[in-house]
Amino acid sequence: MNNLVDIFLRAALIENLALAFFLGMCTFLAVSKQIKTTLGLGAAVIVVETISVPLNNLIYTCLLRDGALAWAGLGHLDFSFLGLIVYIGVIAAMVQILEMILSRFSPALYNALGIFLPLLTVNCAILGASLFMVQRDYNFTESVTYGFGVGVGWALAIIALAGLREKMRYSDIPDGLQGLGITFITAGIMSLAFLGISGIDL
Amino acid sequence: MSAREAILDPLFNKNPVLLQILGICSALAITNSVLTSLIMSMAVTAVLAFTNVCISLIRNHLPNSVRIIVQMTIIASGVIVVDELLQAFAPDVARTLSVFVSLIVTNCIILGRAEAYAAQHNVRMSLLDGIGNGLGYSLVLIVVGSIREILGSGTWLGFTIMPVVYEGGWYIPNQMMLLAPSAFFIIGLIIWLLRSWKTGQVEEREFKEINLAKAGRQL
Repeated sequence: MNNLVDIFLRAALIENLALAFFLGMCTFLAVSKQIKTTLGLGAAVIVVETISVPLNNLIYTCLLRDGALAWAGLGHLDFSFLGLIVYIGVIAAMVQILEMILSRFSPALYNALGIFLPLLTVNCAILGASLFMVQRDYNFTESVTYGFGVGVGWALAIIALAGLREKMRYSDIPDGLQGLGITFITAGIMSLAFLGISGIDL
Repeated sequence: MSAREAILDPLFNKNPVLLQILGICSALAITNSVLTSLIMSMAVTAVLAFTNVCISLIRNHLPNSVRIIVQMTIIASGVIVVDELLQAFAPDVARTLSVFVSLIVTNCIILGRAEAYAAQHNVRMSLLDGIGNGLGYSLVLIVVGSIREILGSGTWLGFTIMPVVYEGGWYIPNQMMLLAPSAFFIIGLIIWLLRSWKTGQVEEREFKEINLAKAGRQL
């Protein structure tokens, strides 16, 4: 149990995917103008991460890893080089299925998420979480915790950035820095602040 | 659009990183030395040219509804080839880049150019567009990588530029340049520089400035 709390806190805060590994940056910088939209996007990321990371974990341990096919008498096969194409396929399919389920059972949430749902397929935070899960050799329960943790961390980061940008809307910024430039610098300062907790060892 | 424009436009006029906000993740994470920036640039340019050509070849036979999945599969195949090549011929660099080579799959430059350009243009122009955008991305990566390596460890591509204090020189390296947040500041400042030169790229303010003198007279 202690181990799971450790993985959760580490994923959400200390090794925050957005501010420590710079994953999902394109969406992070482009869609962070308003707190309202980032709340919906953050929720979508949490859901997709919590489902796709454990799913990819199952596929990796049961089908792809070296010797995983021993139950079928094919223990000598190693399909781990196919991982990438399988994970992205799983994520794309998952996003598609989630979209259909939501539009059928919860149209309100579906409308709130709008375009962000399909865009999650190419959000590197989602694929990155699956790749880190494989690299760190998490088991199934750990991967559920990790998926949920990185989702929460990413959502926290984008909501915080949107809050800052809403406050800055009326500031007098030099022309060339307007918009994208100042967003980069703000995110840099946030990321420096997050470095402050990176030394914590749980 | 001429062949010349297809290659040269993405360098300054329509830079993928600085204007279109594409492919930022890797531009930030792996630019702490020139070598990793160079390898990453070559990998992305190769994948970009390859996928643009493939997608342009099948653009007339591809049903709209399965478009994204087919494009993702082509991109992932290209990236797997590059990844295996890197692990075979440059294992050290491949280890430094860790998951970032695999993450070229979700680098939005690649899907972005496939969708916005290769899906509508012929093979030759798509190839040039892929190379051009790859060069635009490489330019940013190499500039950021150079600044970070020179200020952070006093070297450029491994050659000593400014001898550091620890080895008997005079330069006290700025450790922050080796940490990731410095890339945010450097790219932010490069955007400022570029937009001071190409003023057409400046974004509109969200509020209108009032002329104080005029407003005072009216009051």
